[in-house]
Amino acid sequence: MSQLHEQPSVDQIWEWLDAVPDPEIPVISLVDLGIIRGVDWQEDTLVVAVTPTYSGCPATAIINLDIETALREHGLDKIQLKTQISPPWTTDWMSEKGRAKLEEFGIAPPQAAGGPERCPNCKSTNVTRVSQFGSTPCKAHWRCQDCLEPFDYFKCI
Amino acid sequence: MAAPLTDNEALFQFLLRMGDNTLILGHRVSEWCGHSPVLEEDIALANTALDLIGQTQMWLGLAGEVQGEEKSADDLAFLRDVWDFRNVLLVEVPNEDFGRTLMRQFLFDAWHSIQLGHLMKSSDERVAAIAAKTSKEVAYHLERSADTVVGLGDGTEESHGYMQAALDYLWPYVGEMFVSDEVDAAMAKAGIAPDPASLRADYDALIGRVLAEATLNIPDSGFAHKGGRNGKMHTEHLGHLLTQMQWLQRAYPGASW
Ligand SMILES: [Zn+2]
Repeated sequence: MSQLHEQPSVDQIWEWLDAVPDPEIPVISLVDLGIIRGVDWQEDTLVVAVTPTYSGCPATAIINLDIETALREHGLDKIQLKTQISPPWTTDWMSEKGRAKLEEFGIAPPQAAGGPERCPNCKSTNVTRVSQFGSTPCKAHWRCQDCLEPFDYFKCI
Repeated sequence: MAAPLTDNEALFQFLLRMGDNTLILGHRVSEWCGHSPVLEEDIALANTALDLIGQTQMWLGLAGEVQGEEKSADDLAFLRDVWDFRNVLLVEVPNEDFGRTLMRQFLFDAWHSIQLGHLMKSSDERVAAIAAKTSKEVAYHLERSADTVVGLGDGTEESHGYMQAALDYLWPYVGEMFVSDEVDAAMAKAGIAPDPASLRADYDALIGRVLAEATLNIPDSGFAHKGGRNGKMHTEHLGHLLTQMQWLQRAYPGASW
């Protein structure tokens, strides 16, 4: 019963979730990725709405487990995770912070034009597509024509 | 005379058709994993298969809910027998070669993208939500399969030959996607899904454009193999596919990760 008067604020919970890394691209958080769609207290239960990136993304189950584990570590025990598929996830929901971190890590962030703006390594705009798909469902495979490094591009959807 | 379908039975059948198409094609495409001509294609095919299996989880998940017998998507995928599957025959034919696999993908993606465009406006919110989610992935599949069909069709003499042979072989399987029956009539009446026949003009325009660019000739035949989407008669290939896909649940019922 003690949880009722110690109930952490929704802002506090968003902050905690912003410290949970994406299991496949650990430099960005689940909040950066834009997949946490809602955090609400329903009486003494915390309801977190999560949207999948790609329908078949194998990380989805791990993501739910990571969210639950993180919140439990902060002392919450009544947690309900809800999958929300509508509206569908879009890379427009990715945070500016997340985009910058992706590039720093060597993954070109999504662009509305459908391809990377520049090479995350040397910043050259002389880049070419190797494959429309990459190492995970959310990425495509590109290469820089100047430094010749291959790199991942986070697909824009 | 069989009793007329109830709305709920018709919706269940419609959802099985959507989910069985993505399940069986996803399984077929996954057979390439580790066998593709080049690494990039291997990754692309595996990712496409993964998207399709993920989409299956939503369609068959909803089918189980509508059926109301407490069946999960996994139950429906792994514990039904051949005669209960409702996929079109196109998706169960063997891969044969890379050309035929990509041609089949293109012929299916084109229908799939047009169908999902309509389903996004479905009167059933759950159907509309799945369509909105999956249509983004399918648009990407279509972009790739169309590009590859053009690249190989308008490629070398050898690749052109493979693609024309693939189109000639697969063409009789295209018609089934546009045949309407009482399930479709019920779905169209309820505003849940379009009448399949109504998609044909858009489909012909889309594939006509791509196949012309690929320098391939559409066979001049209206003959269509049928029997998959209503479950009356699948090809012999589906049973073989299911023995592979379902063996674990058959050998160890109830096994889980
Ligand atoms: Zn570079």
